[in-house]
Amino acid sequence: MQRQQSFGTDADITNLMDRRKRIGMIWRAGLLFSTTLAILFLALLLFSVLDSSFGYVALRNEVEVSSLVPGKRAIAELSRQELEAVAKANLSKGILKRVEYEKSLDKRTEHDLEGLLEQYVIKPTVLKTWTLSDSLFRTKAIQEYVEGESRSYLTFTSWIDPQFITNDQSADPLHAGIRTALLGSLWIILITLLFAFPIGVGSAIYLQEYAQENRFNRILQLNIFNLSAVPSIIYGLLGLAIFVRAMESITSGALFTGISDATANGRTILSGGLTLALLVLPIIIINTQEALKAVPATLRMSSYGIGATKWQTIWYQVLPACIDRILTGTILAVSRALGETAPLVIIGASTFISVDPSGIFSKFTTLPIQIYQWSARPQGAYRNIASAAIIVLLVLLMVMNSAAIYIRDTLSKKKRWES
Amino acid sequence: MEYFEMKAPHPFGRKRRVHERVIETTLFIFALLSILITVGIAVILVRESFLFFSDPAVRLLDFFTGKVWQPMIGLFGFLPLLNATMTTSIIAIILGGPLGLFVAIYLAEYASERTRGILKPTLEVLAGIPTIVYGYFALTFMTPLLRTLFGETNVEIYNTASAGLVIGILILPMIATMAEDALVSVPKELRLASYALGATKIETTCKVIIPAALSGLSATFLLALSRAIGETMIVALAAGAGPKLTANPFKAAETMTGYIVRISGGDVSYNSVDYNSIFALGLVLFVITFTLNLVSRTVSGHFHQEYD
Repeated sequence: MQRQQSFGTDADITNLMDRRKRIGMIWRAGLLFSTTLAILFLALLLFSVLDSSFGYVALRNEVEVSSLVPGKRAIAELSRQELEAVAKANLSKGILKRVEYEKSLDKRTEHDLEGLLEQYVIKPTVLKTWTLSDSLFRTKAIQEYVEGESRSYLTFTSWIDPQFITNDQSADPLHAGIRTALLGSLWIILITLLFAFPIGVGSAIYLQEYAQENRFNRILQLNIFNLSAVPSIIYGLLGLAIFVRAMESITSGALFTGISDATANGRTILSGGLTLALLVLPIIIINTQEALKAVPATLRMSSYGIGATKWQTIWYQVLPACIDRILTGTILAVSRALGETAPLVIIGASTFISVDPSGIFSKFTTLPIQIYQWSARPQGAYRNIASAAIIVLLVLLMVMNSAAIYIRDTLSKKKRWES
Repeated sequence: MEYFEMKAPHPFGRKRRVHERVIETTLFIFALLSILITVGIAVILVRESFLFFSDPAVRLLDFFTGKVWQPMIGLFGFLPLLNATMTTSIIAIILGGPLGLFVAIYLAEYASERTRGILKPTLEVLAGIPTIVYGYFALTFMTPLLRTLFGETNVEIYNTASAGLVIGILILPMIATMAEDALVSVPKELRLASYALGATKIETTCKVIIPAALSGLSATFLLALSRAIGETMIVALAAGAGPKLTANPFKAAETMTGYIVRISGGDVSYNSVDYNSIFALGLVLFVITFTLNLVSRTVSGHFHQEYD
């Protein structure tokens, strides 16, 4: 009976156990729900991007096809001869001359001619766009809208298509493309990689292999951790003050070529790339340090044992043993640079440039900046091309991530101490 | 000792030594560069801020206590900007904090090895999605959602609630992965001892694991808060332009980062008050986030001492 006095009756104990079990179940359900919610949020994120990339568009032509060729209602119905004739008759002299200069009309494909007519003669304007889900489930409302607007017609559009990638920037969402932005992004990450990789790996080697355990080196290490968490916008301010202003003669190329693009001043690919190099440097250092840490000390000892110097040990033994992890870490750091927007907006990436970047002293715009500018516009069609550009960006990042995983999986099999 | 000095040096010896010294020095200079970045940031921000505060239109006291930020008419009170930054960050932490922690607990304590193997890399990949994509999401999904839920008259097209919620979603994977690391690194003995005393799984988690991982968890939250405060593209797109002192999260208000982006995105001439003001705000931002990071780092440092 002693037990009953201190712990209650058997029934009490069963009750208590049941209650504790119930609480456990409720928590478990709550945790599972939270996890599902988190996944759901992120799924919604991807869904909202995909949803806006496809869907119906209501268009209105400035010039009707029927007024160009009587009896025809859509441009697709025209034959090749008709297309050529219409193009010759309706394109303004200046445009015709330019177009002929690029490639003469009779050598162009049917698709090409249709594109020309659309852009310069028919000039469709976007009245309203719908998302993919609306296009599938609210067809009635869409039909009503189109019937309510005179001379408007519907087409189902995929905002992301090969032309979207190869076209120039344009004020017209139907013909805008991301070629300049894509090239800008590639140039920028090339510069970033060129500066950040050697310096980052070098610093990591110093900190991990050479640095003695003292106050100075501890500060160095703490500082790198802190830098990796400094908001990217601060790096933008740093880049603006140092690369764009203080080093303008170098970053604008005036020092080397004598002539510089006066409108670019310091706001060039070089400035952008260097700014992002500073941004990803701490990340590369930390990742490389992790890689170096994973190399067993026995490898170094055996190398010293046969008379190799410190650097010989690092260069011939340690680095080859962890190069896979270093590369993986670097790729991830560069993919961070690829998606950065704020620092480049701060240092003044161009909003609209008509020529492709041709070197490190060119003005530039990048894919994330293009997305920012399109998203910020209130008109619907810009949102659609913003989402299409996001898909391109995400695909690029996915390719880089897969490359990192591929490198990790193929190179790590060759590790000597693990086989 | 003398024996070695008398001998002729090894044919490679001297060359090797010089070689080694050169390499070590080069690597050391590379490592110093990271200190230079910090010093550079500090010097630039302080110098330009000094220019800003030495402008006759700006008074230091007004900067910290003024309730209106309108450079056009010479009013530089940064409270509205700070208020908006705080609103978005707090909303973000309220959403992302508990949710991230719950996901972490689920991953660390409940999920099977297989589920964890899928979920954790997924979260890490999602943590790598550029913030501009989240900004787009705030503008095209979260804002319309809030407007349908709470009525279009109550919720403005640009509002801090939408930006804050999406920042919460942004920091969620980061909190989840970091908190999970903190939970997993609690020694297994503590867990087993708790089970041996008859505690259930959730009792073990709440009363043993979480207190043991508290320093790691606080470090995670501080870092997440710092990330939320410094977040730029989401607020630039969704929180609205124009500093406004308001407690209503459904109204548009510009954050510090949003202001910096808007001003530098336009054509500002160097040495104007506007131009200098972004550096002053940058300094405030840098001090806040740097302090948070430092505290976070120190807190998690204590943690490792306890168990290692």
